[in-house]
Amino acid sequence: MIELKDINVTFTQKKQTIDAVKEVNLSVDKGDVYGIVGFSGAGKSTLVRTINLLQPPTTGEVFVGKKPLQLLSPSELREERKKIGMIFQHFNLMNTLTIHENVAFPLKGSALSKAEKKQKVTELLELVGLSDKSKAYPSQLSGGQKQRVAIARALANDPKVLLCDEATSALDPQTTLSILKLLKELNQKLSLTIVLITHEMQVVKEICNKVAVMENGRIVEKGNIVDIFSKPQSPVTQNFINTATHIDQALETILSHKSVVHIGPQDFLAKITYLGDTTSEPLVAHLYSQFHITTNILSGNIEILQDTPIGNLIVTFSGEQENLAQALAYLEEKQIQVTPITKDITN
Amino acid sequence: MQQFFDTYLPHVAPLKEEFITSTWQTLYMVGVTALIAGILGILLGVILLVTDKNGIMANPFIFHILDKFVNIFRSIPFIIMMAMIVSFTRWVVGTSIGTTAAIVPLVVGTTPFFARQIQNALVEVDPGVIEAAQAMGTSPLGIIFRVYLKEGLAGIIRAASITIVNLIGLTAMAGAIGGGGLGNLAIARGYNRFFNDITLVATLIILAMVFISQFIGNLLIKKVSH
Repeated sequence: MIELKDINVTFTQKKQTIDAVKEVNLSVDKGDVYGIVGFSGAGKSTLVRTINLLQPPTTGEVFVGKKPLQLLSPSELREERKKIGMIFQHFNLMNTLTIHENVAFPLKGSALSKAEKKQKVTELLELVGLSDKSKAYPSQLSGGQKQRVAIARALANDPKVLLCDEATSALDPQTTLSILKLLKELNQKLSLTIVLITHEMQVVKEICNKVAVMENGRIVEKGNIVDIFSKPQSPVTQNFINTATHIDQALETILSHKSVVHIGPQDFLAKITYLGDTTSEPLVAHLYSQFHITTNILSGNIEILQDTPIGNLIVTFSGEQENLAQALAYLEEKQIQVTPITKDITN
Repeated sequence: MQQFFDTYLPHVAPLKEEFITSTWQTLYMVGVTALIAGILGILLGVILLVTDKNGIMANPFIFHILDKFVNIFRSIPFIIMMAMIVSFTRWVVGTSIGTTAAIVPLVVGTTPFFARQIQNALVEVDPGVIEAAQAMGTSPLGIIFRVYLKEGLAGIIRAASITIVNLIGLTAMAGAIGGGGLGNLAIARGYNRFFNDITLVATLIILAMVFISQFIGNLLIKKVSH
């Protein structure tokens, strides 16, 4: 559906050049909810703007629905943009127009009659759950409601693709969830392809089936969300996932209260990650009965991503060194990842 | 009433006709100039806005020419400009003396000021909204008419209100080329003949015009803001 080939974006400011996006290749299939995560300044907003050419790439090619966007004339590009909806962090509604007029804005010049347009807007407002607000002005709505209006507006011309630029970053956690739920519904109901930019892995975890991680203008890691969450390769990805799964927080608590959680000097502190079927095996019991290793679970959580459970535990193993080695080998054989944690990283 | 006039404003009542004529002259100059300079100023202001380097139709060549033009005409003192463009005035309206003739320099003096005000007002329109409009496939003309001029309407009214006050001030100088008006009355009849009461009343009428135009401006701003 969307194909980005060797995208580079370079800004020149007073003899200084900034490479905002470097050699990015990305392909998004129809029906994907593709998350692009990165810290601020990673180039993700610039990247998503290349998809509808709001930010023309310095080099590289952009295809949306097989069409090479850069080869279109300005008016052809405008027609194409109507098929690519976009929503923003700050909603970007027109304050002088009512909610109804805002949603009707992109319908100007469409083939619909006046009555059909009105009908369309009514349907869209119903879809996002704001039928009762059609005569209100944006200033009378909450952030979440404004974003719903923006979504309705973005869908006015029945786009195939929806680009979300930090669409939930200005919203509180609860509102974020409701917006994400709406996006997920739209993805399923309208088979809408969604590209979503965010700095929060939680957002990705909630609705994406694929994810790309950006750092310094490059995509450092991309793929299926379950793979990325269970086997993150790059440090920045691990960092994002640990924050999202609250492992970081748990570790910090544990390490700053060592005496409370009784970590002995001989104990082996580790994070173990397991996914899918292994979740249901009685691991801890097995380690004790077979290897005489006592496992103490300090913290744990399970995420269900795309119907696949992923578990993360912070544990200490205690027992004989020799048995421990066997136990670790056993875990590896069971495809359970064990990441040792250095005990003295107290912050 | 009669007593009051006789005691405090002895020279005003006999000049009643002249006051009325002068008020009309001022209103005529302000009205016609506001209309013409309003249209030209919005046009020029919008062109400055969209051709600027981050504008939606960035064009450094056009921008720099217009930018310099506006700066120069804004810098020339009005009373000198009236004299300077006299042949242009004659070419446009056929005469260089009188109320109508005064309108030409008034337009030339007001348009660049108003254009700059418009440019500044419209720059304030949220760039995010412009970007959203572009993302929706709105054409540049569509963005100008449906976004800038609509979202920036309160700013435009504010600019117009300031410009009209400024313009009322300029009309006071129109007397220099026989334009008449309240300013001329205050100087020629009041100041030059030491009839301070005439100056005072002319000033009060001008002030009333200023307040009324500001009041209407604020009322309109309130109406268009949500």
